[in-house]
Amino acid sequence: MDIIISGLLLGGTYALIAMGLNLQYGVARIMNLANGELLVLGGLASFWLFVFAQISPLLTIFIVAPFAFVGNWLIYRFLLRPLVSRAKTQGQLEVDSILATFGMSFIFVGIMVMIRGEYFTYSFLAAPFEILGSTVAQNRLAAFGMAVVIGLALYLWLNHSRAGMAVRAVSVSPDTAKLVGINVARVSALAFALGGAVTAVGGTLISTFITLDASVGVIFTMKALIIVIMGGVGDIRGAIIAAVILGLVETAVATLIDPGLTLASAYLIFLLVLLFRPQGLFGKRPT
Amino acid sequence: MKRRDFTKTLAAGVMAASMAGFLATASWAADTIKIGAVWPKTGPLAGGATVTQGPNIEMWVKQVNARGGLKLKDGQKKIELIEYDDKTNPGEHIKAVQRLATQDKVDFIIAPFGTGFNIAAAPIYAKYGYPQIAVSAISDKIEELTARYPNLFFTLGTTTSFVEGVRDILVDIRDSGKMGNKIAMVNVADAFGIELADAARPIFEKAGFEIVYDKSYPLGTPDLSPVMKGAKSAAPDAFVAWSYPPDTFGLTEQAIIENLDVKAFYTAVATCFPAYAGKFGSKINYNLGAGGVNPDTPAMKAYFKAHKELTGKEPDYWASANTYVSLQILEQAIEGVGESDKAAVTQYIKDNTFKTIMGDIKFENQFSNRFWTVGQWQEGVFRGVKSVNVDGAATIQQKTGWN
Repeated sequence: MDIIISGLLLGGTYALIAMGLNLQYGVARIMNLANGELLVLGGLASFWLFVFAQISPLLTIFIVAPFAFVGNWLIYRFLLRPLVSRAKTQGQLEVDSILATFGMSFIFVGIMVMIRGEYFTYSFLAAPFEILGSTVAQNRLAAFGMAVVIGLALYLWLNHSRAGMAVRAVSVSPDTAKLVGINVARVSALAFALGGAVTAVGGTLISTFITLDASVGVIFTMKALIIVIMGGVGDIRGAIIAAVILGLVETAVATLIDPGLTLASAYLIFLLVLLFRPQGLFGKRPT
Repeated sequence: MKRRDFTKTLAAGVMAASMAGFLATASWAADTIKIGAVWPKTGPLAGGATVTQGPNIEMWVKQVNARGGLKLKDGQKKIELIEYDDKTNPGEHIKAVQRLATQDKVDFIIAPFGTGFNIAAAPIYAKYGYPQIAVSAISDKIEELTARYPNLFFTLGTTTSFVEGVRDILVDIRDSGKMGNKIAMVNVADAFGIELADAARPIFEKAGFEIVYDKSYPLGTPDLSPVMKGAKSAAPDAFVAWSYPPDTFGLTEQAIIENLDVKAFYTAVATCFPAYAGKFGSKINYNLGAGGVNPDTPAMKAYFKAHKELTGKEPDYWASANTYVSLQILEQAIEGVGESDKAAVTQYIKDNTFKTIMGDIKFENQFSNRFWTVGQWQEGVFRGVKSVNVDGAATIQQKTGWN
């Protein structure tokens, strides 16, 4: 029982890390290597507001989300859009966007070091909570709850709204989407900005239970990449299910075998998925 | 401007701006002594270096320059500080030292941050003949290293002495009849954690302890709850973690959540950080950790006050003071020699006793055998409770729950 509950909570954390990148990569086709730094920026905002203004991280997300949305929209519009328009192939865009966002990640780290080079650590809801005989931390539970809310909202929006349908159309094929009158440039910018907002909110929530610092972003980028590729690019269900699988497996391995093998087990599953289902759990086979 | 140049220009602009900012901090008076410093401002070690290394360098340079500079034979010279970020990358560190030596032609360099860096960069410091007074470096290979590098000094202790410090504390508590002999021990799967755990196993067992839980976890593990649940189910009397900053915070938080009932709770690096008490408040009262200081001596009180005034930050309760001591030693050695002669300053460090905020420091075979090994949070202050040759250890208190 401990394993299932702790594993689900960790899966929720991983979903927060990966859902944003899934939108950015799956729809806007930008392999955003600054994803982790953006997440840490959300954590920094949370730390700052909590320590100096006693604002609860659960309120901070409503401040962080619009800022991250606008910031990411601007980044897409002025930094990445030119790359998209001149890229002749998907491959070229990937190479260009990887280089551009990699550079961007250094700028983010530099900015955060200027603000605070030390660890962003504070206590919020760091108290036990009993579910079905298993003790969990309240802050992890809160983050899990928000992950469920965000995941569900994204899923419903993507599958049951007109705008969501346009986003899915662009995800499937940007060229064909143009033919049916979808403004691909606008939808891509929207998806990128939304993805950025989700990532930053994820960082805000995660900072309540993981000690972050300005340079730790790359770890989250790696995790997000694994989850997005495992789940299938451009499918929000895939990312969530991959996140939960990873959370459950890591917790099971840590509890039953050895905590030292969690990373190895994560990469083993990743390898198995790549070997037997290279398009990811929910990905579409290339035609 | 072509669009594709925009990112390049932006990046160049940011770099130029940061260079300008850095140059602005360096004074360009004609008669200066150049001191170099290479430490991680970004990367995995940055969070610790920003607490322990950076502010002390800033404070020391400000203090020396405020009193007119270093007193040399040809008059007083202010310090011109040249700093580089090694990005927590040994390759970058070595490149930066090379640049300091050949391009900037600095007179002296402040030693690196971290055990690995001090050892990895020792050959390059030796090649250019800079005295290297290592602080944040703990190793059992000190004898071997100092024999190989005649300019390398160690000040913070050996791996074994740190483990023995923890053992002595645990033995004291056990022999007072307040605790059984079961230890749960975990370590971060990294050179530092593995070396300490390997040293600890035989030492603990020889002292009659039974290690009932012994696991490692990877650096950056996002969820340490399985580790703490596992340790708790082994019903230990004491919990020992050879941990790094993020997991020191993470393990302590999980122990509070699981209400781990132990008579002694030890976490290693960063337990001594002001942020540790800032995060957990009174819940961590009587927690044990690596390091310690005696905050009650007049010299140490003055140091804490000046650190806060000059850098705006609190020092940690361990290596911050040692870092400042290493700079005091460098300062006194340069003034003692009276000129920028690297070989003479190195020899001066070997031959003389230095008056520092931690008392008199003298090197024997390039090793200063005076340091704190274990400290304890006692009513909001992290006091040294076990040391090697340092006076003023506080009486150890027994942990009583997480309130």
